[in-house]
Amino acid sequence: MSPTTFGWLILLFPLLGTALIGLSSRRLGGRAAGWIGTGAIALSFACAIGALIALLGRSEAHRELGSTLWNYDSTVGVDASLSILLDPLSVFMALIVSGVSMLIHVYSVAYMDSDRGYSRYFAYLNFFVFSMLLLVLAGNFLLLIVGWAFVGAASYMLISFWYRRKTATRAGMKAFVINVLGDVGLVFGTFFIFRHTGTLDLLGTFRDVPHVFTHNQGDLVAGCLLLLVGAFAKSAQVPLHTWLPDAMEGPTPVSALIHAATMVTAGVYLIARMHPLFEQAPAAADVGAIVGGATLLIAATIAIVVTDLKRVIAYSTMSQIGYMIMGVSVGAYSAALFHLMTHSFFKALLFMAAGSIISAMGGEQSLDRMGGFRRALPFTFICFIIGGLALSGMPPFSGWLSKDDIIAFLDHRGGAFEVLGIIGYLGALLTGIYTFRMIFRAFFGKPCEQARELEQGHPFHAEVPRNPQTGEEEDTDVGFPGPDHHIAERDWPMKVPMAALAVLAVVGGVLQIPGVDDSIARFLAPTFADSHLVRDVPSTSADWLGLAVGAAIAITGIAIAYRIWIVKPGTSTKLRERFAPVYTVLVNKWYFDELIDFLVVRPAQWSGRFADSVLERVVIAGGVTGSVTGIVRAGSAAVRRAQTGFVRYYAALVVVGISGVALYFLISSSG
Amino acid sequence: MAIGWYLVVSALIFCIGAAGVTTRPNPLVILLCLELMLNAANLALVAFSRMWGGEDGQVFALIVMVVAACEVTVGLGLIVAIYRRRMALNVDELNELHG
Amino acid sequence: MSAVLFFIAAIIAIAGAIGVVMLRNPFYSVLALVIHLIALAALFLLLRAEFVAAAQVVVYAGAVMVLYVFVVAYVGGEDEPLTRGAAALKILGPLFALAVAIELCIAMLGSALKGISGKGAPYVIGFGTPEHIGRLFLTKYLFAFELASLVLLVSAVGAVVLARRRRGLEDVDEREQKRFHPDRPGYTGTMSEAAGFRRAVPVAPSEAAGAGNGNGHAPEPEPEPVGDAQ
Repeated sequence: MSPTTFGWLILLFPLLGTALIGLSSRRLGGRAAGWIGTGAIALSFACAIGALIALLGRSEAHRELGSTLWNYDSTVGVDASLSILLDPLSVFMALIVSGVSMLIHVYSVAYMDSDRGYSRYFAYLNFFVFSMLLLVLAGNFLLLIVGWAFVGAASYMLISFWYRRKTATRAGMKAFVINVLGDVGLVFGTFFIFRHTGTLDLLGTFRDVPHVFTHNQGDLVAGCLLLLVGAFAKSAQVPLHTWLPDAMEGPTPVSALIHAATMVTAGVYLIARMHPLFEQAPAAADVGAIVGGATLLIAATIAIVVTDLKRVIAYSTMSQIGYMIMGVSVGAYSAALFHLMTHSFFKALLFMAAGSIISAMGGEQSLDRMGGFRRALPFTFICFIIGGLALSGMPPFSGWLSKDDIIAFLDHRGGAFEVLGIIGYLGALLTGIYTFRMIFRAFFGKPCEQARELEQGHPFHAEVPRNPQTGEEEDTDVGFPGPDHHIAERDWPMKVPMAALAVLAVVGGVLQIPGVDDSIARFLAPTFADSHLVRDVPSTSADWLGLAVGAAIAITGIAIAYRIWIVKPGTSTKLRERFAPVYTVLVNKWYFDELIDFLVVRPAQWSGRFADSVLERVVIAGGVTGSVTGIVRAGSAAVRRAQTGFVRYYAALVVVGISGVALYFLISSSG
Repeated sequence: MAIGWYLVVSALIFCIGAAGVTTRPNPLVILLCLELMLNAANLALVAFSRMWGGEDGQVFALIVMVVAACEVTVGLGLIVAIYRRRMALNVDELNELHG
Repeated sequence: MSAVLFFIAAIIAIAGAIGVVMLRNPFYSVLALVIHLIALAALFLLLRAEFVAAAQVVVYAGAVMVLYVFVVAYVGGEDEPLTRGAAALKILGPLFALAVAIELCIAMLGSALKGISGKGAPYVIGFGTPEHIGRLFLTKYLFAFELASLVLLVSAVGAVVLARRRRGLEDVDEREQKRFHPDRPGYTGTMSEAAGFRRAVPVAPSEAAGAGNGNGHAPEPEPEPVGDAQ
């Protein structure tokens, strides 16, 4: 079968899964919804592999295929059509999305088992995978925007999944509003570009860009900057990043899927896909690189002080996406996408392991209360270690090869990008510190009460379920998490995906070892063939030098963490007191939330109140509708006086009327 | 006799009936005056039928008689119901359908 | 000869009409109307409408007026003052009726209405006989004929409904309540409950609609309508 047929099938299966689960949710019992959802994604993954094989079966020059299913007749000169684009980049992304999603579906089958909203969860999750696949397979701007919006909507539905929790619903709204801001940027950016190219089709646009736009032309830069707004909102880059830590209110598999592996990488995909535009407008690309670098550093610094386990991993995601955004902005496409792949492996693994340990804690998420789970959760511990080493960039794990690939490219480009490279190394150091801070605090030290109980053999069960953030009491009915907690050691559907991801996190780097093979770069070459940045790669020795530096930095970071949290346990408290102002800034997340509240939220609320009290009440209700209703009321009050209720009065009026009519006819006929 | 005289008689009866409807407070009498007006119309119809030579007017007069009978039936039913409810039989006091 | 008969019949008709309006006892008014109807039947005969005249006497004076007599006998007609109520009406009504009468007379006796010829069309044998009228009813005016019978049916049903005897005013409301507002389990969400018209009857929790965990209302002793809506 041709790759495009596989492409349509990749989209079809998750859609069918959603429809099936959503429409039959009452009748499905037990874990059926979970297995149906997993099956749908597994079929999608199989089709993605089929598409890969079919694509590899063609020669390199013929690997960009489009397929149109339906052509909405051109309206007002807009060539909107239902078309997908199958080329190495989209197949690469589809493989990652469907593969990691499949593993997370298997994990969720056990994790969400006792939740009352089990079927709803899998319907939403399937819908999310469908929208993400639509996004990456879209062949024109229109479908890209549709997929983008659907992904935002699915993210909202999944973050506020436990909808009776106020914190969750508020987090969902925050995420959705910021994502919509990104959507607006995306649509406007498309418009700016469409105005000159006249087509929405992606391949057509890319062919026309060098002819239609000059280097750094105003409209193109504006369009690319607006596209970047969309990318930053979706990928949680500064300043549109405040939704990601709050999004940890969703169930842990949701965090693993959409806030580690797929949705937040949509921004990276967007910039990679639009590379012809960005290469023609380097000003916008530089902005992207700078923002990526800034986010990298800011997120890493915040992650050092945050105490909620899932939020540490969230900030880590933000930081790693910063690497990827930096990479695609400067032309290191294959390196950044390689890092995207490996990051999805070890970040999903870290989140899954975090879900396991949070279950063991009975829903508690704070690092302050965890400790000494090494003996109680051995498998989870190993997974955490593997994920953590991969994240920190320790050889020979996959993260080392991918992250330092990007930094080597930055150093090679030289000039101002060297600064970004140094920021990248600094971020790597901080990564090692916060990752192992997390591991040491959770798994080493004296076992906490929950760990001791688990070592005895029975998992901890809180008497009263509580919101992990605010501590308020909940129940376990619809709209709240279910009563059971599932840990990896006891449920095989959790163990198997974690094991698979652990293996991939270890060996995944094999695909792109400098000097040995560069399968990813070669696979993606047809997509980036028109790029002038991609040919200028660092030499193998420069690569290995960068890798060595990266390894050294990773080991240094881990050692620092070891010293602070294992060797001398009171060090972190002493450091906190010594650098108190720095600590305050970091703990308040660099005051971004307060800034946005001051700049955006308060004016919006004020204008809403003003509109209500002045415009709505005085002008519209009083003036416009009030005057109309006043006139009608006065008129009808006047007319109502004829309705007295006296029948004879009415009869008399009839007689008066008759006399009037007769008089009229008399006069008119005699005249 | 000229047809005009019959029409004058009809007009007079009609106006007497109209005056009665507006003047008497007893609903029974009002209904009687309505009958007067209907009969006046009947007379006019029959007169015109004689004038033009076709019986259409008479047919219509019979239909008017039917309608009058129905109206009397329903009206008297209403009056009986009102009487049974011990309300005053006075149209001035039955005035609650007002705006 | 016919002129004399015409004037006699006309005067009796007008006198009857005036009697209907002016006589104080409703019973006398009814009798006056009967006289008026018979005089009108005479006028019809003068106009050669024999079937209509017969129908007038048999149906109108015979059946409808007898119905009237029954009702007046049941209701009771006391002597009553001629006009009560708004003083303006006492003047307004008759005044404008007089105005209409004058206008119509001017129209007919003057030259205003030109369409009235003197004696009428030439006489056709069988004019006004039941045969001619019957033929017209069953051919040209069949639809009106059928409709008229339908109207009769409707009014008969209506009259029965209006005047049927209930078992007294006291138990009507309660039995109506039971018939139109039967007892129902509480919280089934009828509009009556929502509008406050009746309170809900509490039942076993398994039957109540899934209102979550234990949002119980305080149970009421028994269902009762809260009162009629104004």
